[in-house]
Amino acid sequence: MADTGLLESLLRLLEKVDGGTDSQDVAADLGVDHQVIVGAVKSLQALGEVISTEQKSSKHWELTGEGREIAEQGSHEARVFNAIPDEGLPQNELMKMPSGKVGFSKAMSNKWIRLDKAHEGGPRVFKTVETIEDTVRDKLQLVQKGQSAKLEDKEKNELKKRKLLSEVTVKSYWITKGSSFSTTITKQETELTPEMIASGSWKEKNFKPYNFEAMGVAPDCGHLHPLMKVRTQFRQIFLEMGFTEMPTNNFIESSFWNFDSLFQPQQHPARDQHDTFFISDPALAHEFPQDYMERVKKVHSEGGYGSQGYKYDWKIEEAQKNLLRTHTTAVSARMLYKLAQQKFTPVKYFSIDRVFRNETLDATHLAEFHQIEGVVADYGLTLGNLMGVLHQFFTKLGITKLRFKPAYNPYTEPSMEVFSYHEGLKKWVEVGNSGVFRPEMLLPMGLPEGVSVIAWGLSLERPTMIKYGINNIRELVGHKVNLQMVYDSPIFQKPPKNKTEEASN
Amino acid sequence: MPTVSVKRDLLFEALGQKYTDEEFDELCFEFGLELDEITSEKDIISREQGDEKAEGASDVVLYKIDVPANRYDLLCLEGLVRGLQVFKEKLEAPRYKRVSPADGGEPQRLVITDETASVRPHAVAAVLHDVTFTQERYESFIELQEKLHQNICRKRTLVAIGTHDLDTISGPFTYTAKPPGDIRFKPLNQSKEYTATELMSLYKTDGHLRHYLHIIENEPLYPIIYDSNGIVLSMPPIINGDHRKISLNTKNIFIECTATDLTKAKTTLDMVVTMFSEYCEEPFTVEEAEVVYPDGRLCVYPELAYRTETLSGDFINKRVGINESAESIAQLLTRMCLRSEVSGEGDLIQVEIPPTRADVIHACDIMEDAAIAYGFNNIVRSTPRTYTVANQLPLNKLTELLRQDLAAAGFTEALTFALCSEEDIADKLRKNIAETRAVHISNPKTAEFQVARTCLLPGLLKTLAANRKMPLPLKLFEISDVVLKDETKDVGARNNRRLCAVYYNKSPGFEVIHGLLDRVMQLLDVKPDRNQGYHIQAAEDSTFFPGRCAEIFSCGKSIGHLGVLHPDVISRFELTMPCSAIDIDIEPFL
Repeated sequence: MADTGLLESLLRLLEKVDGGTDSQDVAADLGVDHQVIVGAVKSLQALGEVISTEQKSSKHWELTGEGREIAEQGSHEARVFNAIPDEGLPQNELMKMPSGKVGFSKAMSNKWIRLDKAHEGGPRVFKTVETIEDTVRDKLQLVQKGQSAKLEDKEKNELKKRKLLSEVTVKSYWITKGSSFSTTITKQETELTPEMIASGSWKEKNFKPYNFEAMGVAPDCGHLHPLMKVRTQFRQIFLEMGFTEMPTNNFIESSFWNFDSLFQPQQHPARDQHDTFFISDPALAHEFPQDYMERVKKVHSEGGYGSQGYKYDWKIEEAQKNLLRTHTTAVSARMLYKLAQQKFTPVKYFSIDRVFRNETLDATHLAEFHQIEGVVADYGLTLGNLMGVLHQFFTKLGITKLRFKPAYNPYTEPSMEVFSYHEGLKKWVEVGNSGVFRPEMLLPMGLPEGVSVIAWGLSLERPTMIKYGINNIRELVGHKVNLQMVYDSPIFQKPPKNKTEEASN
Repeated sequence: MPTVSVKRDLLFEALGQKYTDEEFDELCFEFGLELDEITSEKDIISREQGDEKAEGASDVVLYKIDVPANRYDLLCLEGLVRGLQVFKEKLEAPRYKRVSPADGGEPQRLVITDETASVRPHAVAAVLHDVTFTQERYESFIELQEKLHQNICRKRTLVAIGTHDLDTISGPFTYTAKPPGDIRFKPLNQSKEYTATELMSLYKTDGHLRHYLHIIENEPLYPIIYDSNGIVLSMPPIINGDHRKISLNTKNIFIECTATDLTKAKTTLDMVVTMFSEYCEEPFTVEEAEVVYPDGRLCVYPELAYRTETLSGDFINKRVGINESAESIAQLLTRMCLRSEVSGEGDLIQVEIPPTRADVIHACDIMEDAAIAYGFNNIVRSTPRTYTVANQLPLNKLTELLRQDLAAAGFTEALTFALCSEEDIADKLRKNIAETRAVHISNPKTAEFQVARTCLLPGLLKTLAANRKMPLPLKLFEISDVVLKDETKDVGARNNRRLCAVYYNKSPGFEVIHGLLDRVMQLLDVKPDRNQGYHIQAAEDSTFFPGRCAEIFSCGKSIGHLGVLHPDVISRFELTMPCSAIDIDIEPFL
């Protein structure tokens, strides 16, 4: 805060004038720099309605440092002219003058002087006129006297180009008395203190108003990752629907559980080196339930359980190959096999965990992503039941408009792609995949004939990217994440109604 | 999913009806296809090679249609139209018939020799008699072979198709295998003869054929088919001979498929002949061919086998969740090219599976077709009455609870990749890769995917490096799985759930990380106690600065480390400030 003395001088000055005054005039009157008065005005503004102000800006011309020098000592060309005696001056001597170079060429072009290159003793400069009129100096002196209005714009711009004049904008205040004008200052308190509370002095104090437009101070805290926040919500939805979490903490899987047990033939393109990460160490899995493996081999190579099979030479060497699981369905297979080894009870399972694909990477695909999977096993489940469960699941995400497209998947039949209507894009977009597990997968495990298993899956990344408006998956997953985005990301509630379809896609 | 490209106007002409794009898209959706793109040759060229190149290209509208990977019968215009027409009940599914040669002569014969056994032991063959090609039909015929090669034939590894103008060659044909140096012929679209060895180097630079060379490249003998005059028909699975090539004017076509998988070869041959027998003088008939195996066995192809399955209407109703009469189900199935009749015995339905529907291998496939014809979106959605009680996986429950409290303790959660380079988990941490118990990937496309991570620290340090512009201090944590070799597991490896946190600032902040350990232990209800609780004790670990590392023990068992990172580790991860870290196994706290 500017010192009280100055503030009170300003207020007394203001008291005397009618209709207000300009802060520049105040500065002149009080003999202080204008910036000091600007500071004083700001301090008074903070006190409430003592004064009222209006910001003004005015432009005027000012001499530059060089301009001031010329106004005092004359232009460079005049100084050169005046330095030359009647008998002339050697050019090299003239050039040694501070104004030499600029002044020489200007004086030459004004035809005030001439150069005799052939003069004995070297080139010599002579005056060509008796007297000169230093108009540049005259003009600058006018500006200095505050009479710049007498100059034409063209002349001012010419001098500006020569860096002798500059146009400056001055911001000043037009100050008038405020509604609670007074010439004495009462100091305002910024904050309530324990002492004020103890003494009761707060009752007499004036408190500085808060600026409610400003942002608060960010709390000092850690943040959960947005993808994990969405994961938590999906997990919650499954738990609300009575689904039990599967143990998916096994990234390394054998081809047997990842493919063969799912009735995915050994020549299937997904089993290609181009699509799947295979493991060189430990390269092979070494323990399989023997009876079950024989049944899997048979159903692939010869058929059975009402199936024609694929009629090819099934090889254990292919089944043994270790890989990074390409889907969490490998875990579902293990769980269903385990379920088949005991007296059957209906189950609902889910998992959300990492899967790996040796694919071409782009803005929406990484080599690893999170798969969300739901599985229900019970007697007599129908395709209509699968649609019903999907409807409930997606309703919890705020998606109510669903439709289903026939699709192909080696281990489900029927297979359905799930589409939801995207209100923003005004079209149906795919939100997941689903199906009924094939009997060739379930019966060799030993599950009872009448048991159907329905399942669906989707990626965790896609709905999260839409929710947080992220276009490049690398900004969300992996070490290239933008931590500011993590700090700033909101919680994942059920999306509000008008945004529902958008947030899920 | 294979994509079939068809000319829109040609498609509508064949369907006998014009659709708007939306109507056709809707029809595709219902049938299980996807109208992926509406484009033209001009559009495609201009997108791929620039507008100038597209000058003068055709702007006939093309529909690109995604076809399910198991529906080989929909991979060409002919099949698509037939499938959709039958679905719309505008056409009855044709019956495909194998016939003897029309002139009463001997069938064509393909003799397989012993030598093929080691490289490509199977072959099947058939003849299309008196075909009428047009430019469009001819192009579709070539395109179908390419689609089959890419899909069921698994890029020619399982099956390779060769088609030849029968009027320019004479049977019987011999399918044998020879050393590449002994094979010499003029290949398709070349002007001179080459040996097989020369061909392999010639095609090294061929954008299309080079992808197939590996299939036989390292074999001592290459497969080859000759006619009775020693003219080369083809050198499967690479190239046909030039002499035999079919053209618009070809009337009689000899088709051979050589294979390592006989079932797939039969299916492939069935597909080619069922699709294009439509253009034979007598439509949908295929002339048989004989294949003689080295052991003297004689087989007649194409099989064109029809199979009948019997199932009950009740089965379909119960599995789909509908309530239709057997008659109406039979009608639904017939619309899917599965000609069906009610047998008269209860609600049993006789379903005939044609050779075009090799994808139907179980009653569940028939059930799906009934559901598609019924309309997936006409099925009533109902909630199953399955009663279950939900359980969380204890390890995930613990993880969820700890994550919340670590964030409350001021640390921000990172989410880093489970795969990384060997360098990340070894050299950069001043460790020897051999001691990491890391699982190694055999076919990584880049160094980023050489191993599964054995610790979370590299991911966190890389996250710090990518966020160096953020205000200090940076406090990060991650609770996630690492992978370690473990011989006691069936696959020889297991996941291990770990908690890792880093503190990055102008001063190392060991006390901050130590405080975090104390907080974590408080949350886990483990007291500081040398025997019954937890304690830390000075340790040497090459990742940490000497004298600034301690091992963490809980109930006498080592669970991890904490300390100030070694300056070399800091600089190897492109960081500049001191950093302290903690890494513990949380599985003992379950």
